[in-house]
Amino acid sequence: MQKDYYRIIIFSGLTLLLNLLIIRFSFNFPKEQAVSLMGFGTLGKLSMFTGRSIRILGCIGLIGSIIPFVKKFNRYVNLSFFTTAFTTVSAIILWAAVGSLFDIVGLLDLSLRLSTPIVLGAMAGMLCERTGVINIAIEGMMLTSACIGFTASLYLNNIWIGLFCAILSGGIIALLHAFLSITMITDQIVSGTVINILAVGLTGFIRRSFLLKARLTRTAILPIIEVPLLSKIPILGIIIFTNQPIVFLMMGLVVFISIMLFKTRWGLRTRSIGEHPEAADTVGINVFKMRYLNVILGGSIAGLAGAWFSLETTGSFDDMMTNGKGFIALAAMIFGKWHPVGAFTGGLIFGFFDALQIIFQIKNIPIPPQFLWMLPYVITMIVLAGVIGKSIPPAAIGVPYRKQ
Amino acid sequence: MKPLNIIGRAQYQEIIIPFLSIVTALIIGAVIIYTTGANVYKSYQGLWQGAFGKPRAIAETFVITTPYILSGLAVAFGFKCGLFNIGVEGQLYAGAVSAAFIGYAVRGLPHFIHLPLAMLAGIVGGAVWGAIPGYLKAKTGGHEVINTIMMNHIMLKLTDYLVKNPMLDTQASIPRTPYIQETAYLPKLFPGFRLHWGIIIALAAVFLIYFILYKTTIGFEIRTVGYNQNAARYAGMNITKNFVLVMAVSGSLAGLAGANEVLGLNYTLPAAFISGYGFDAIAIALLAKSNPFAIIPSAILWASLRNGAGLMQVRAGISIDLINIMQAFVIMFIAAPKIVRWLYRIKEGKAKAEVVLTKGWGK
Amino acid sequence: MNNESLSLKGIVKVFPGVVANDHIDFSLGRGEIHTLLGENGAGKTTLMNILYGLYTPDEGEIRINGQKVQIKTPSDALSHGIGMVHQHFMLIPIMSVAENIILGKEIKKSGLLDRKKARNKIKELSQQYKFDLNPDDLVKDLPIGTQQRVEIIKALYREANILIMDEPTSVLTPQESEELFSILRSLKNEGKSIIFISHKLKEVLEVSDKITVLRNGKVIGSVEPDKTDEQQLAGMMVGRQVILKVDKNKMDRGAPILVVKDLSVNDQRGMKTVNNICFTVHEGEIFGVAGVQGNGQTELIQALTGLIPFQSGEVTIQNRKLSGENPREVTVLGTAHIPEDRQKYGLVLPYPVRDNLILCSYYGKPFSNHRILNFSFIAEKASRLLEEYNIKAPGIDTITDTLSGGNQQKTVVARELGREVKLLIASQPTRGLDVGSIEYIHKKIIETRDARCGVLLVSPELDEIMSLADTIGVIFKGQIIKTLNIEESTKEKLGLLMAGIYK
Repeated sequence: MQKDYYRIIIFSGLTLLLNLLIIRFSFNFPKEQAVSLMGFGTLGKLSMFTGRSIRILGCIGLIGSIIPFVKKFNRYVNLSFFTTAFTTVSAIILWAAVGSLFDIVGLLDLSLRLSTPIVLGAMAGMLCERTGVINIAIEGMMLTSACIGFTASLYLNNIWIGLFCAILSGGIIALLHAFLSITMITDQIVSGTVINILAVGLTGFIRRSFLLKARLTRTAILPIIEVPLLSKIPILGIIIFTNQPIVFLMMGLVVFISIMLFKTRWGLRTRSIGEHPEAADTVGINVFKMRYLNVILGGSIAGLAGAWFSLETTGSFDDMMTNGKGFIALAAMIFGKWHPVGAFTGGLIFGFFDALQIIFQIKNIPIPPQFLWMLPYVITMIVLAGVIGKSIPPAAIGVPYRKQ
Repeated sequence: MKPLNIIGRAQYQEIIIPFLSIVTALIIGAVIIYTTGANVYKSYQGLWQGAFGKPRAIAETFVITTPYILSGLAVAFGFKCGLFNIGVEGQLYAGAVSAAFIGYAVRGLPHFIHLPLAMLAGIVGGAVWGAIPGYLKAKTGGHEVINTIMMNHIMLKLTDYLVKNPMLDTQASIPRTPYIQETAYLPKLFPGFRLHWGIIIALAAVFLIYFILYKTTIGFEIRTVGYNQNAARYAGMNITKNFVLVMAVSGSLAGLAGANEVLGLNYTLPAAFISGYGFDAIAIALLAKSNPFAIIPSAILWASLRNGAGLMQVRAGISIDLINIMQAFVIMFIAAPKIVRWLYRIKEGKAKAEVVLTKGWGK
Repeated sequence: MNNESLSLKGIVKVFPGVVANDHIDFSLGRGEIHTLLGENGAGKTTLMNILYGLYTPDEGEIRINGQKVQIKTPSDALSHGIGMVHQHFMLIPIMSVAENIILGKEIKKSGLLDRKKARNKIKELSQQYKFDLNPDDLVKDLPIGTQQRVEIIKALYREANILIMDEPTSVLTPQESEELFSILRSLKNEGKSIIFISHKLKEVLEVSDKITVLRNGKVIGSVEPDKTDEQQLAGMMVGRQVILKVDKNKMDRGAPILVVKDLSVNDQRGMKTVNNICFTVHEGEIFGVAGVQGNGQTELIQALTGLIPFQSGEVTIQNRKLSGENPREVTVLGTAHIPEDRQKYGLVLPYPVRDNLILCSYYGKPFSNHRILNFSFIAEKASRLLEEYNIKAPGIDTITDTLSGGNQQKTVVARELGREVKLLIASQPTRGLDVGSIEYIHKKIIETRDARCGVLLVSPELDEIMSLADTIGVIFKGQIIKTLNIEESTKEKLGLLMAGIYK
């Protein structure tokens, strides 16, 4: 009760102020001259009067931020939160698009692409945590496999083998995490920290000792695949059905893991171990084996995420190229309430802000880029503070299982 | 009575595991060096001489030791209350930025006021940056590990923005703040060496933290919260207050480390100032088992590795990243002592209770 | 021999420092309810965990239907037809009844779980035993008694022939226990063998075909219920004639100390578990709260001692109104609190005994001055308490974790009663202790009353309440539904009240 009250005051209070500012700001645009063009791919363009549109959005947002204060509408708190967030972002886009074309399809396409490592990382963390093992080493796993995958691709001159090696190395690093936290009963956060530090050292060492001395420093990147027929659908064809392989794999995995987790024996057992390992043990399930299996599977998915950086995006490897995405993945996982679809949604939101930031920079919007870079981290903290719904982690998380 | 416990009364077990962890990490380092085709002896000789070969090298080692003591102490202090402060890096920046600002922007104050003021600014900057995740943890249950990591990234960008925009020295060739006033300088210890009074301040901080932790009711509360939050609440202690206090103190130690770097060493804050002290601090605190006095040798060890690595790279062509790898192994062995025990066939000692950090995300 | 479904021979299990099972022989006939009787710590649960594959025995052999078997894991036990209903249910609260039951023995159809078939099977089983379970309910929404039935179905679903019931009645009302007994009897009639574990003499005599008594890890003897009585069983259980009655003077009631008016408290999930409760504890009175576990006792105590906030109502201690959620305030008003879970709330186990003895008084003079701890005074006070309360520890620097349960509890009692108190709030103060410590703590509670303090005692053990309390309030669904004097209360009357049946 009290906690809810807090978040309403903080969140709605902020959005209230923000929307008042937006409405005030909308009067800066002369009525009929300022026009924003929204591009929708092959469907055409939509032109809107900037000032008036922003004002309308601002008013909707204002209502959305007042509703939570009224006791009678308690049920609509979350809905109004999302409405307000949506209108606020839309208003900012409209403002950014004033006097020029803003390609919405491009923005969404980029969002999906940039969300890929976050969604994959979130699912990697989810697999571990659903069996009760905390994994803050997603960053380290991604970084290592980005490096190993690229190195393999460079030396063996085959990007697909590189992809395979990336996945494999993710699994191997995860094996270390499993060994430390399950067998050695090390504090799981310390174990994750060990891997994160090891990853920085190892990849830096490999890069300076081998990669920088190699003849080539770049490889090809994974090809873009167009799904026959489906890619011809307007808008969706571009956003979803024309992509690089890891993006497709990511979407496939979201569906696949959802089914696995909630419809199969493996899933039932996995979830039971995360909730109550003793109960699973007493019906004859091998807790240790299942935990190992899931942590390693998770690591492999993190490996796939790592490959996205080096093999799908840049075709090279740089120090710390994962740039904190592993930690944001963790936040997406918490945001998504340890559910694959939730992780996907969370990842998309972070990807969207990443994309927005890139487009703003290209369009030279006068917001210091540093503040846009900060945005995902700030959002993560807001999410963690429980402003947007409560997430309850698996009950046995972080507790090593001891027999006898 | 708890006697003043430097190393003297510590049991054999408590010394042997860290020691063997370091030895094992060095052996692993040697294997890595060997496999890359370099000369192991030459590498480690370079490492040693780089750290302790000449008076200047020793002085430099202690220059690095200074922030290591403070930031290691920051992490250890958090551990005592069951908090994992990964945000030392960000808090250090917060301290550095605040100290630099007071250092160059305030003019006309005498030395004995300006210098303490600038240091205080650093302490407050770090304290604020540390207290936020502490408050969030206590009030919303948001886990400090993620929050401090996020705050690190935010601070990194914020510093970048500040140094490149409002705090930029427009005359400089690289993006950095203006040089601080001479009245804010932290004096050197010996003429001709870069070693400054920061090391004395750091050592004083060790004593102060020890005193707070073991001799006062404040420390009693902190340790009780660290061991058993339920019992602490039962005994009428305020968990929120302790979390915020500990994170603020932890942050202020990190902030002081950052202030020292600006006021005693660089006299300015460059935009490309990447310390990397944050992760090293975790290793130092774990190696010292959070014992304030053990932080000192632990910090010296780390500083000598960092300082020696440069000469190692020159002499043997080994990338300094090797230090990070060895560091990871040291923490790993410390955190999983079973591995070391198995390697060297050491019998299990009496189990000593340790603060448990992992309690899951959220409440 | 043919009629023996299980036999254990010479089972030995040693834990560091303790022989938990010392050459135990045990045999279970087909269609028999065989009780293992013993105090806490007598080795009953260890023996059953060995039988269920959770522990491996150091020595001894297990035979099922005359065949020697190795049971290394719970799956081995399950495959030999052994099922166990644990004292703390092995159920996953957020999962459905069906998911809980099929876990580990899932029915599959083309790679996916066949929920429909599982549901039908569970309905069938539940009808067969008249259990009335809905496979789609979430376990966390079910009452305790029903959860226990889920556990029984879980074993039956695995076609268990031997069913181990570990202290099944500890969470039930006397009436619910009766229902359980009739279930056990019908299982017996179907040819299932049941091992029933308990330390409650009455019910053991009622339900068993045979009783084997354990003490200190050894078998003391086996008897048949119609050839023995409570006194003899009690004697076998504790090794000497126990005084089931505690000696005490008649109550001399004084002024009210603790007055609770219309108090409502929510639990962690926000459910109202204490509902407009009213009662008063006076000087020189032990007010016992009797009730089945989970009727709001935990929340009531936590709210009174300031650990959790209360939603509405009023609590006054010594005529001072509590502001709520402030344990320090309650302590300062002269309240001692012996918490329900000493290891979770009462003690900091890694601390030396000395630090635990000052846990609730460190902040004031003369323990500390201007926030600096006064070590010489603390040491002196701690040594005094150690002696006065007969805590068996090598010294005040001994780590609390290394003490026995009884001495840990004595440490809590010493700390709480070692300062000026006017009110003692004790929740399950003798849980899991040996007889010696129980007697000691009971004596201390009476002494506290006789020193003109008020005592609020909460315990699920009806015997404890009946032997200590002067006034008994029965708690049901968060309300004191009736308050009785000790003279007018009988076990039967209280049992009915605890089940919510009253006029």
